[in-house]
Amino acid sequence: MVPLSHVIWLSAALFTIGVIGALTRRNLIVILMSIELMLNAVNLSLVGFARVWGDLGGQVFVLMVIAVAAAEVAVGLGIVISLFRNRDSVNVEDVSLLKW
Amino acid sequence: MVEAARALPTLAATPSTLLRWIPLLPLIAAVVHGVMLGLLRRTLSRGAVIALSVGSVIASFLLSVVAFGQLIGLPEGQRAFVDDVYTWIGAGRFSAEMSFLLDPLSAVMILVVTGVGSLIHVYSVGYMDDDHRDDKGFQRFFCYLNLFTFSMLMLVLGDNLLVLFLGWEGVGLCSYLLIGFWYMDKWNAYCGSKAFIVNRIGDFGFLLGIFLLFSSLAAAGHPTVAFRDIAAAFPRIAEQTVQMPDLLGGGEWKLATLIGVLFFVGAMGKSAQIPLYVWLPDAMAGPTPVSALIHAATMVTAGVYMVCRLNFVYTAGPGAAALVAWIGGVTALFAATIAITQTDIKKVLAYSTVSQLGYMFVAAGCGAFSGAIFHLATHAFFKALLFLGAGSVILAMHHEQDVDKMGGLRKAIPITHWTFLVGVLAISGIPFFSGFFSKDEILLAAHGAEQIPGHEALWAIGLFTAGLTALYMFRLYFRTFHGSFRGTSEQLHHVHEPAQTVLVPLVVLAVLSAAGGLIGVPQVYGDILGVKNANSLAHFLAQVVGLHEAEVPQAEELRLAALAVLVASIGIALAWWLYVQAPSVPQRVRESVGWAYRLLFGKYYVDELYDMLFVNPLKWISENVFYKGVDAGLVDGVLVNGSANAVQAVAARALKYLQSGFAQSYLFFMVAGALAIVAWLVV
Repeated sequence: MVPLSHVIWLSAALFTIGVIGALTRRNLIVILMSIELMLNAVNLSLVGFARVWGDLGGQVFVLMVIAVAAAEVAVGLGIVISLFRNRDSVNVEDVSLLKW
Repeated sequence: MVEAARALPTLAATPSTLLRWIPLLPLIAAVVHGVMLGLLRRTLSRGAVIALSVGSVIASFLLSVVAFGQLIGLPEGQRAFVDDVYTWIGAGRFSAEMSFLLDPLSAVMILVVTGVGSLIHVYSVGYMDDDHRDDKGFQRFFCYLNLFTFSMLMLVLGDNLLVLFLGWEGVGLCSYLLIGFWYMDKWNAYCGSKAFIVNRIGDFGFLLGIFLLFSSLAAAGHPTVAFRDIAAAFPRIAEQTVQMPDLLGGGEWKLATLIGVLFFVGAMGKSAQIPLYVWLPDAMAGPTPVSALIHAATMVTAGVYMVCRLNFVYTAGPGAAALVAWIGGVTALFAATIAITQTDIKKVLAYSTVSQLGYMFVAAGCGAFSGAIFHLATHAFFKALLFLGAGSVILAMHHEQDVDKMGGLRKAIPITHWTFLVGVLAISGIPFFSGFFSKDEILLAAHGAEQIPGHEALWAIGLFTAGLTALYMFRLYFRTFHGSFRGTSEQLHHVHEPAQTVLVPLVVLAVLSAAGGLIGVPQVYGDILGVKNANSLAHFLAQVVGLHEAEVPQAEELRLAALAVLVASIGIALAWWLYVQAPSVPQRVRESVGWAYRLLFGKYYVDELYDMLFVNPLKWISENVFYKGVDAGLVDGVLVNGSANAVQAVAARALKYLQSGFAQSYLFFMVAGALAIVAWLVV
């Protein structure tokens, strides 16, 4: 059986990659992918803990997160598509009008 | 409520649910009018207003008569009905019931209030008829008048101090509303405010009195505000003493005296005694029926009623009683001297009211509480009559109030003339009119009040004031109804007797003013006629205020009465000589002692003095410190606008650059913040 520490290390690594990706990449599609990565990093740790404690609640919660993430991606991609139609660009630096 | 209070030998009272309807009926009428005018924005027809308002007050009067009949039916010494409606305030050991008490004292008061009130309601129908200043005015007037009747009945029927205080404030509010009834004229609104503010000063003392009385009783184990419980418990605290602050001269005061003085401060405001009388003459800005009902017959006597209701406080506190008697005496003289020079018919009557209220306080201070109530009742009759008569004159003269522009009206308005004359005779103390008996009882009480310092001087003041009263009242009478007309011929042409609804109350009140004294004929006349207990009012009231027996030989008492009549006759003769026989004399007197005349005509310049000492400094402080300094400067300037400006300044110069528009920079702050929190939690 895989020890819990491995699961946590993997989850932390994935989450960090996701954060760095979301902070540094300029392509909106990649940013969305990075957010998915963070969500799944959390899912991984939830599943790991659920198995260790023998509590199915964690796994149920993961299913919930996946469902919400699917909805979120649908909305996010919709925004990206409509942005591309208007701006011919999916670069996050091109959408900075809402400021002082 | 409390075991200790139960143990008191409280006077038992018979329950009765009739009492609540007496104040409730006028309240219902007032609420209907209020809802119509205020919420639905429509007026009832004139007939409906009359039926509702006048009907409710007359019904209330009939109920009062029924209740009075039932009260008489109870055995002597146990005459009390109580109506507990609900617990108004209940907090721990304290509870104040919304309950009404009908004992001999409140019975006399409700009969006066609803009886005179009904007559004045009827009169108002005729008087307010020609008022076209405001199309809602007719209904608004009756709304306030009903509300007043309700409040006044709460005041006199209240079983405890808090219900009394509720009524006390209610009548003050209605007084304010009715003085400023024609508020489009700024002066009337000013007079209303003045009445309200001066009354608040008195109410402050009244409230302190309630607090001190309650806290002293509570400390002694009787936390109660109900009158019968207070009366039973009061002897247990009456002998305590209070250390006065150095500001008030220091020294030890009897608790009863201090409580009595505080309550009397309230009475000074409501009943227009020196130094708080200044509002009453200006209250004449209101419509004349209001002056008759509120500022002569009922509301202004609330202070007298309250002192009589708390008679045990003044019996136990001789210092307070002496203050009451002396303030009353000085006020009586002071106001009477002013009345001599005034030319506005209502102002003369207003100062006369102040003066007569002074008489009532002389009686109350000297321990003759039933005498005070007797004069209160007879004064309600003849002063209401005089005011209503004056209103009739004012109507006939098309709202002219200056007696200098009247004269010779006795032929043009004969009914008004004869009824007015009855009122003048009654207030002057002419034998066997009502004022004769009540004023004599007061003078006799002052004469025999050994416990009041300088009671002989007080008696002399009362006697002299009786002469002045006859002088100024007959001056008013002669100037109005005798001699030749001094107005324009246009006015003379239009002088007419007013409507029936105005005349009927005049005639009824004239009968009461003439014969009303029979309820309290002094025993000395009873002895002559062979009647026992002739002073039926005093015996009726004895259960509440005790019996004040005059310890004066019969011959002495008759001699004093004759002296009073003599003094009044001198006053009348002087008025006749000055204003009928030799009308040029007053002018010459005025010129020879110009300074004295100006002093009296200017009302001793008390208003100007108060303006200088209190009103103007307060206005200055309010304008410059509280408005410009605190309100505009501190609250508006620093706190409200200052904080907004500070936020704006910081945000506009620095904080707005954080809002870059780059989603990733926001995300960065979020991550940094989350990391900072984690770091803080972990490290």
